[in-house]
Amino acid sequence: MPNNRTWIPYLLILPSVAFLALLFVVPLLQTIWLAVSDNGTPSFANVQRMVGDLNFTRSVQNTFLLTLAVVPVQIVIALAMGTMVAKVAAGRETILWIWTIPLAISDLAAGLVWLSILQNSGYLNSFLYGLGIIERQASWLSYQTPFALFLGIAAAEIWRGTAIVMVVIVAGLNQVPKEYREAAEIFGAGPWTRFFRITLPLIRPALQSALILRTVLAFEVFAVVYALGGRNFPVLVGEAYNWQNQNQNYGVAAAYAVLIMLISLAATMFYLKAIKVDPERLP
Amino acid sequence: MKRLASLGILASTVFLAVTPVLADTVFLSTQLRPIAEATVVREELLKGVQNPVDYVVEEPPQFAVRMEAERQAGTHTISLVGALHGELSPLADKDGLEPLDDIAKTLASKGMPQPLLGLGKLGKSSQQYIPWMQATYVMAARKEALQYLPQGADVNKLTYDQLTEWGKKMQEATGQPQIGFPAGPKGLMSRFFQGYFYPSFTGGVVRPFKSADAAAGWEKLKELWSVVNPNSTNYDFMQEPLLAGEVMVAWDHVARLKEAISSEPDQYVVFPAPAGPKGRGYMPVVAGLAVPKGAPDKAGAIAVIEHLTTLDTQLLTAQKVGFFPTLDAKLPSDIDPGVGLLAAAVNATQAAPDALISLLPVGLGDKGGEFNKVYMDSFQRIILQNEAVGDVLKAQGATLAKLMSDTKAPCWAPDTKSDGACPVE
Repeated sequence: MPNNRTWIPYLLILPSVAFLALLFVVPLLQTIWLAVSDNGTPSFANVQRMVGDLNFTRSVQNTFLLTLAVVPVQIVIALAMGTMVAKVAAGRETILWIWTIPLAISDLAAGLVWLSILQNSGYLNSFLYGLGIIERQASWLSYQTPFALFLGIAAAEIWRGTAIVMVVIVAGLNQVPKEYREAAEIFGAGPWTRFFRITLPLIRPALQSALILRTVLAFEVFAVVYALGGRNFPVLVGEAYNWQNQNQNYGVAAAYAVLIMLISLAATMFYLKAIKVDPERLP
Repeated sequence: MKRLASLGILASTVFLAVTPVLADTVFLSTQLRPIAEATVVREELLKGVQNPVDYVVEEPPQFAVRMEAERQAGTHTISLVGALHGELSPLADKDGLEPLDDIAKTLASKGMPQPLLGLGKLGKSSQQYIPWMQATYVMAARKEALQYLPQGADVNKLTYDQLTEWGKKMQEATGQPQIGFPAGPKGLMSRFFQGYFYPSFTGGVVRPFKSADAAAGWEKLKELWSVVNPNSTNYDFMQEPLLAGEVMVAWDHVARLKEAISSEPDQYVVFPAPAGPKGRGYMPVVAGLAVPKGAPDKAGAIAVIEHLTTLDTQLLTAQKVGFFPTLDAKLPSDIDPGVGLLAAAVNATQAAPDALISLLPVGLGDKGGEFNKVYMDSFQRIILQNEAVGDVLKAQGATLAKLMSDTKAPCWAPDTKSDGACPVE
């Protein structure tokens, strides 16, 4: 009887495999082919065009800089938030709920929220003017103020993306058994020692997931940058969008898409190797 | 059984949701997209057409994708398209539009100017689209800016030197740069270079791209840019910074200035763009109506074209949405004062003795975006990144030359005609 049924599991996963193949693998292969072909013949013309473009180097630099600036800050903030909320007994759910509100807001809306704060006639200028700190509207988002622009975009990204890191980390913290902490306290370990020697190693799997998720998302940053920086702060996805949408050159856009995919895969690989998770803690 | 019934309900809902669309004449447009304007089209401009019309709008890039998809699939749902000259040109290049010579003949006899109708041929022997409505780009200034005009300058006959001078005076007086350009991601800054800056300084667009005249022009623009609001690279529609009080003087498409000017018509002056050493370059923008090959309801589409090109509808269009008639018509005196101001500036531009008309690019097919990029990249490198003018023009000129030879697009006005692809000299 059991022998007759070996095909059932395969049958059951068949729809999802077919679905993935149709809606993910096929477009992926098409995109790769689009990137490395020219008029139907294999060619690196699109890749050369991409690398030779005015904004290529800047967009790579900007994307990496933003990722390097944003991800560590988000991890630290999320850890702090997670640890704080662990101490709270009453109202824990409410606090978590409030903290995850930015998650529910779309990227572009988050960008627009920050635009209304940082633009010339925005809230920040009105506030500073009201306090008498500035005499007239200062611009924070122009090509002449690259540092302020970068800070603005980083702040918006941190605001928008920290919630997802926190959710993953809180889930990890919830799984740390109380007994370890209590034992450490008995042996006289201070709060920092407990955090670095017990909590952090035990939430490694969660930290790894959070890092992979956030880094990949950071490489794909677009809408927030587009709303705040426009042309002033080119990033990889923005360039892919421009080539596809404004320049109507699908080949170069596909080359950018493939590049973003490769960078994301490399980052994931890096975290999988760099943050070793004990085999016995894997599911 | 229950599941079967719900599937049946689902299927019939989908069917019902899809069918009514097929019965109407589907009119797809890249123009008059904002809700308020689309409502005007549906409720007022299309009133009086016999067969019900389904007015659908689409952003230009998606429009191109959709038209191409329908062409490739061979299943057509769209009977009529309304789009800009440059957006219809790739469709005509692929032989995707029905010839409309009969309507063109009737409209010519009703007073549609021949040069305008000629644009609708898109370089072919038969009429590809019917000019629907037109607009151009002008400058607008808040009235308090006029006190800083340099001595002897007439706002209607401004030169680039005077504009720079004006900008300097405004900056000195207010402490902030007061001139704005729409150089944001969705702004139409590339049209400034193709229709205004290059013609005014060089008398051409493609041929003199890297000439000495062009280099001198870019130096002048650098000077002007020192008094231009640096937020210009974020501006898409100039009506917004004008209304917010971020700039006092701006250049943009009339439709993208209209909201500011219509809201406070007594606060603004509207006037032609400045002139350079070769004249006052300007670019008319023409939106046209065309029938795609294989349209399911060709007769319905023709009826809509005939309706939209009657004098009454054209005047109503000007009144309601600020695009001007393609028929030779006088605007009524009771028109919205903002639209009146814009119309007067358009007339002043067209009638200026030094006016130098620059047409929208033709024959570039789907390379229109990359053509714009050549000008915008030059702008970014010369003005924003302060690279040497000569080097940039040489490099971008090579890109432009390759683009022209790839597309084999012949020269258009104001460049002198060419045999074959328009050369970069």
